[in-house]
Amino acid sequence: MYRVRHWSIRNSRVLEKFYNGFEKLIVALHPLWNLIGYERLDKPVAATEKLVKGVLFDCQMCGQCALSSTGMSCPMNCPKTLRNGPCGGVRSNGNCEVIPEMKCVWVAAWEGSQQMNNREAISVVQFPVDHQLKGKSSWLRVAREKNDAQPATH
Amino acid sequence: MENRNVDLSPAELLPILPGHNSPGRFERVLRAGKFAVTTELAPPDSADPAQVYERASVFDGYVDAINATDGSGAHCHMSSIAVCGLLTRAGYSPIMQISCRDRNRIAMQGEILGASAMGVSNILCLTGDGVQAGDHPQAKPVFDLDCMSLLSIGKKMRDQGIFESGRKLDHAPPVFFGAAANPFAPPYDWRPLRLAKKVEAGAQFVQTQYCYDIELLQNYMRRVRELNLHKRVYILVGVGPLASAKTATWIRNNVPGVHIPDHIIKRLAGAENQRAEGINLCIELIQQIREIEGVAGCHIMAYRQEQAVPEIVERSGILAERNKQKRTRNRSF
Repeated sequence: MYRVRHWSIRNSRVLEKFYNGFEKLIVALHPLWNLIGYERLDKPVAATEKLVKGVLFDCQMCGQCALSSTGMSCPMNCPKTLRNGPCGGVRSNGNCEVIPEMKCVWVAAWEGSQQMNNREAISVVQFPVDHQLKGKSSWLRVAREKNDAQPATH
Repeated sequence: MENRNVDLSPAELLPILPGHNSPGRFERVLRAGKFAVTTELAPPDSADPAQVYERASVFDGYVDAINATDGSGAHCHMSSIAVCGLLTRAGYSPIMQISCRDRNRIAMQGEILGASAMGVSNILCLTGDGVQAGDHPQAKPVFDLDCMSLLSIGKKMRDQGIFESGRKLDHAPPVFFGAAANPFAPPYDWRPLRLAKKVEAGAQFVQTQYCYDIELLQNYMRRVRELNLHKRVYILVGVGPLASAKTATWIRNNVPGVHIPDHIIKRLAGAENQRAEGINLCIELIQQIREIEGVAGCHIMAYRQEQAVPEIVERSGILAERNKQKRTRNRSF
């Protein structure tokens, strides 16, 4: 959904706000996820995530979502799956080297990032993709990791 | 002392000076503040090493290092690691290009070690052209890493002596790492910040795409100086002679990321001898580029015009005050 994808990037600021709230919610629900079991939840949650993010961002389910660092433009739509910015092949009209009729994912990402509150996120070097996480839920991973990072309260 | 630093046979492995990362001469030239000159060797479609030696001999004494391209334009050729292995044996100083298009991280980390073992001191990490640009568009594009994650892994191997996995190396590779930069493609305002990101990831030098638009370069460099990046990374600007107006138009339309303004093509078209005019233009550009604060050298890409490189170097006067160090055969391999 090329058009919706670009609508999302144009509205990156609103989506950023929504996403920040949503993240707090899923992190807060950790006890519930834990009770049901993260493993058991992964398939249904990943399916929901795929549906929602698929419509909004053409999400490719890499399992390690970077949208907040990429101006809400999914980097996995780049034919070279670059995670850190545009290659040198961007056409003078801002379109992709590989798919000439598509706007460069990273040209869009730059525009999206400049409307967001956290403009600096796009300048942080991203780790190489962990291909073991492909198809898994990024939401649950964040919930689990953020809770693991917090010191135990008892 | 400074002269002694650079007055050495190109491929010789030297003691690593304090603050240096590699035993190579190329890093010494840059750190000594000399205007560095590099060029590019077109790898042969051949299994004959003599072709590599023949192509390299044209550059002997005129450049500080020779880039060995890695399937450039997504075309098949002799591999860059093999070309580099031959070059170090013959006494040249190579810059090994390594592209993310064709290999995953297991292969690439192995190549960094292998290259270093064969006396390669400089590695240039690239994303690589898409497979659609080459002679095998049906190939699978790998892109397991991008140039930045490759740089950060290479840096980790060198500085921490570990693979990406954390497994220890017995001997870390002493490599001077580089990357490519393209100031001449959109988004223009992001390009200097993207350079900063590459420096953060581990790039110590960059070689740019062909520069035919000095104004775009000046704008880029102004921003680079504002960000103080020229103090953190050596910037070598890409140049090259255009053979004719027709070639220039073809390159502009078919080679990803190359920007050639109309006035350049007009000038070539109006010349009596277009090839000679292309060389004149290249020399003029080098002289203008050299004046820009923060530029550390130039990278001459003279595809199918390699014979013109000595003339370009001589006439532009970039090595004038320096000893033109010829190679000596390397006995350590």
